Amino acid sequence: MSEQHGFMKALKCRECGREYPLEATHVCEFDFGPLEVAYDYDRIKKSLTRAVIESRPKTMWRYRELLPVATEPTVGKQVGFTPLIKADRLAKALGIRELYVKNDAVNYPTLSFKDRVVSVALSRAKELGFETVACASTGNLANSVAANAASAGLKSYVFIPSDLEQGKILNSLIYGANVIGIKGHYDEVNRLCAEIAGKFGWAFVNVNMRPYYAEGSKSMAYEIAEQLGWRLPQHTIVPMASGSLLTKIRKGYQEFVKLGLVANSETHIHGAQATGCSPISVAQKAGLDFFKPVKPDTIAKSLAIGTPADGFYALKVMRETNAAADDVTDDEIRDAIKLLAETEGIFAETAGGVTVGVAKKLIASGRIPKDSSAVICVTGNGLKTLDAVQHHCGKAREIKPSLREFEALLAQEEKVNA
Amino acid sequence: MSKKVRIPTPLRKLTNNEELVEINAATIGEAIVELQTRFPGIQERLVDDKGEVRRFVNVYVNEEDIRFLQNRATPLKDGDEISIIPAIAGG
Repeated sequence: MSEQHGFMKALKCRECGREYPLEATHVCEFDFGPLEVAYDYDRIKKSLTRAVIESRPKTMWRYRELLPVATEPTVGKQVGFTPLIKADRLAKALGIRELYVKNDAVNYPTLSFKDRVVSVALSRAKELGFETVACASTGNLANSVAANAASAGLKSYVFIPSDLEQGKILNSLIYGANVIGIKGHYDEVNRLCAEIAGKFGWAFVNVNMRPYYAEGSKSMAYEIAEQLGWRLPQHTIVPMASGSLLTKIRKGYQEFVKLGLVANSETHIHGAQATGCSPISVAQKAGLDFFKPVKPDTIAKSLAIGTPADGFYALKVMRETNAAADDVTDDEIRDAIKLLAETEGIFAETAGGVTVGVAKKLIASGRIPKDSSAVICVTGNGLKTLDAVQHHCGKAREIKPSLREFEALLAQEEKVNA
Repeated sequence: MSKKVRIPTPLRKLTNNEELVEINAATIGEAIVELQTRFPGIQERLVDDKGEVRRFVNVYVNEEDIRFLQNRATPLKDGDEISIIPAIAGG
């Protein structure tokens, strides 16, 4: 068993605990609960130490015992280990003692945290013998599936809402993926894909491959803990679409504690949403343990999931880590994108604006104390959502190639600024 | 004309692999009962002890989530198509 499945033991229903074989399946037949990978932590503990991890290449695969592949990964071997930036200028602007930005806007190869989950899902899909891979996506996942499938020689189908940002559509087409635009929002794309996945023998990364796929997100937590010098942050602020990333960050921290790689210190994991699609933050603020689905209307399209599959578990994690959730408007999102860019030189996509904007709110309200230390998770790159900020950052000033004109321009500006 | 229910893969063992089942029920609540009489065991998969649709089950009538309609009281008319779909991950 162990030779065949690496450090994985089985798939296990998160609701009832029933076990299933390690195949391409994602739902418990009895209660529709999501299946999750169960590991042999005793064996992992014997093989994974700080020294072993530090001796390996700087990619997410340095934690490979904790990722659900049976053998060495074959897709996305270079993914991860993105910079953790000590963001002093942003810290000052937000009024907090110590702040870090985990910058997955520069993740390899498609500039979002989705490369982590796709690298795991496609490596596992190849192990299970699939030749066609697919996904339902708000954009970033489609880009990553398209690129990673291309480099792995797999055929790909990506399904997206047809009104996505042009950048995100082009960023899937370029890799030769079959891009299908659905006239509807992501929840409708999702529903269709659930039906398609039941019919065709494809590896749908976030449908039948979901138990493996979702585990890839844990690597973001491992990296944060290692890059902080083998400790857990006091506060982590995470964007929420389906809520999966937030729950996996928690799981990643817990696994590091379980394996003795970090001390068990108090850690709060806060959730960020856009006001135009905030089913989880609204429920959290009302003290509910369930959410009401919504119809999304926000510029943060990568977070526009009105029926968040992991919303229930995300609420649970926030309750258990004594954390908060909040949401920000489209204007606040744009302001936060600019603030991050102007203070730290990082151009995040709209989801990054959501996370920075919510961090600002939580610090201002004292939910994240000013004398504490926090990590903001930036999950995608601003170059992909140019549409969102296009008319909000001023214009380049044009002059003739003449020194006199330039001097006149400067003089005029000095007058304006005086 | 009757109404049609699309049976998702995890439940097809109960319906002898039938993908599309015709029913006569007038509401979603009644539809679940009707399915149960024809395919014993299916009800407990869809609703919990209190009779509420399970947390990870999404039910749609003509592509609209019943939580935006009238939940279990959502009326059905001839020709309606009902989908039962497990919640899936983000993207």
